[in-house]
Amino acid sequence: MKNDKLIIGGHEFRSRFILGSGKYSLNLIEAAIRDAGAEIITLAVRRANTREQESILDYIPEGITLLPNTSGARNAEEAVRIARLARELGCGDFVKIEIMRDSKYLLPDNQETVKATEILADEGFVVMPYMYPDLNTARDLVNAGAASVMPLAAPIGSNKGLATREFIQILIDEIDLPIIVDAGIGRPSQACEAMEMGAAAIMANTALATAGDLSLMASAFRQAIEAGRNAYLAGLGRVLTRGAAASDPLTGFLRD
Amino acid sequence: MVRINGENMDMAGKTVAEYLAESRYDLKRVAVERNGRIVPRAEYGETVLADGDCVEVVGFVGGG
Repeated sequence: MKNDKLIIGGHEFRSRFILGSGKYSLNLIEAAIRDAGAEIITLAVRRANTREQESILDYIPEGITLLPNTSGARNAEEAVRIARLARELGCGDFVKIEIMRDSKYLLPDNQETVKATEILADEGFVVMPYMYPDLNTARDLVNAGAASVMPLAAPIGSNKGLATREFIQILIDEIDLPIIVDAGIGRPSQACEAMEMGAAAIMANTALATAGDLSLMASAFRQAIEAGRNAYLAGLGRVLTRGAAASDPLTGFLRD
Repeated sequence: MVRINGENMDMAGKTVAEYLAESRYDLKRVAVERNGRIVPRAEYGETVLADGDCVEVVGFVGGG
């Protein structure tokens, strides 16, 4: 499917795998991007290192779209502040809104996320909000000017897979923006399943960072995401409610 | 005293440009906020830090 593009805020991507860059060595980033086939990589904004310390930007190849997140924000105001600082760093207009009020489950605050989306979309950002999969919130995000919607599959960093499957499916069916499954995807098979369901892309970080071989896992995810996408585009075969259906001709048996 | 990235520092009277240079920041890799407002790069040289200012110097790190 050569012409199958992921379009986010008017920008076209061939890859449907958004890669996180947290919790692993800077030295592994370039190989991870290559093996993942990723074109978008997420970053966080923190108090800066002085020159003696390395910058992650030195490890990311040219042409990769940077997607700063607003992690650490506890409300819309803090998320907007982080997003503006990220843009001031001079790496584009993309932002992944991430707002968390609780530090145990790290669940996104949907209401504050809608508020921040509205403000940042008005300021010309390509806003990709991370959210708890809820149809009403997703509709509010569309109206607020989001460029995609990023529902969680399971709590961040849990590698538990598609715990919110039914609700993500509703978003895929009802929301006319790319639905990018973010957080909780732990295995390539889960990424594949989400893509078969019609998700537009997968975002993963911990699944790779905690794998035995990060680079090989990046490659496994890329293949799974491509397989799932192709299956979705092909249209899955039907499921029988009961009984069986032979795959072989029901004539010409060697009997009677 | 100026509070910079959570620490009180004796930087009142210096410009943002002077502080960043003294602290060996890579100017291409940071953004600066003073009292809640972003200081555009072009204004580092003319922005003088005052007693009681709150400054954040931020950059990108790995994240998900």
